[in-house]
Amino acid sequence: MHTAAGVEACLPIRSDMDLVWVRQHVRQAAARLGFGLVEQTKLVTAASELARNTLVHGGGGQMEATHLSSGGAQGLRLAFTDEGPGIADLDQALSDGYTSGDGLGMGLSGARRLVHDFDIESTPGDGTTVRVTCWVAQPPRPREEA
Amino acid sequence: MPEHEADGQLATPTHEVRDFLHRRREQIAQRWADEPLFRTVFTVSRDEAVEASKVVVDALAQVADSEQVEDPDAAGFSGVREQLARMGAARSRAGLSNTQVASELAALRPPVENLLASDLEDAPPEHLRACSTALTVLMGTLRLVAMQTALSEWQALSDRQRLQLMEVATPVIRLWDGVVAVPLIGTLDSARSQVVMETLLNAVVDQHARFAILDITGVPTVDSLVAQHLMKTVAAARLMGAQCIVSGIRPAIAQTIVHLGLDLDVITRASLADALGYALHELGTDIVNPGAGQR
Repeated sequence: MHTAAGVEACLPIRSDMDLVWVRQHVRQAAARLGFGLVEQTKLVTAASELARNTLVHGGGGQMEATHLSSGGAQGLRLAFTDEGPGIADLDQALSDGYTSGDGLGMGLSGARRLVHDFDIESTPGDGTTVRVTCWVAQPPRPREEA
Repeated sequence: MPEHEADGQLATPTHEVRDFLHRRREQIAQRWADEPLFRTVFTVSRDEAVEASKVVVDALAQVADSEQVEDPDAAGFSGVREQLARMGAARSRAGLSNTQVASELAALRPPVENLLASDLEDAPPEHLRACSTALTVLMGTLRLVAMQTALSEWQALSDRQRLQLMEVATPVIRLWDGVVAVPLIGTLDSARSQVVMETLLNAVVDQHARFAILDITGVPTVDSLVAQHLMKTVAAARLMGAQCIVSGIRPAIAQTIVHLGLDLDVITRASLADALGYALHELGTDIVNPGAGQR
């Protein structure tokens, strides 16, 4: 069981400018925790996709970054929350190439492949929360069983 | 006139403060001129600092006269806004944080308060208390005005910088006959990618380019939206008869693109040099090292 070493930051996602700030914050937080360049880039890219979903589909929301610690391993959990229309069919939303807008339809499904743990909760009408976690690569890497 | 003491009647606290500011204008200005805020900003001479201080004292007196000590929009402040902005900016340039500037502004209050206390030594204690409260509120409002001014300067600065960033966007460079390159830098949000696409397509026409190289070395994150913008640019250039090459794909970006599941349907090269080499080869122009040829 890992312990949350504290919420690092809670960033608003209200405009394109906020997306830039989200990416920079995630990159800095990941670098501080000792993520390698590839893992940093993956996590930042996933954060960029999810934050844009929060903005475009959820009508804005926030991102909460939490520093996790499990045994000796360090991790970063990002939670994206919006109070938008929600997602009716999660399986469809998570499939490659499906889009409700005019994007490529790779954002949500791609973000899932970029992180170690991916968890999505959505209630139509109430909003959506996506939580992703990445661990600093060091053997053995702890993974939560679903 | 209600502000004058008549028949033992005391003036209202704010008017008392106003009269005090008028009366002690010179002394207050002399003391403020020694405070860091004025001393370090008006460095030509001490008189300059004293004069600047007097302007602020006059503004405060005017605000007190209008009984609007709590209102940062009071007419009296409009005359000193520019000076306060200049002072705030000078302190920021000297490396002070907003908080430090605010505490330097706060340091202006005690000398005035001490003067007021000694002036009203003989007044009833409750009157003294009311007057010094009015003065404290007035000085607090001055601080608020100064910080507001600083904030609006910041806002204007960040608006200007945003516009500058748009301009910085994208020079199109002619690398060879028929080969143009665009070094992409920073965030490819939709407004900037529109600019990129337009400048590139114009360059393709102007330079009769057959190859257009999009170099993404300076793009920190390639997510699906950035990829989509790239692909749209590539498709538009293709319609105009130019072949696009995306170069500058770093290892971390390459792995991320694969995990994301993006299919970049375009010729890619790791570096700009490789992309140029490819374009030249396709144009039938090969770079020959003459030294190697002779041996």
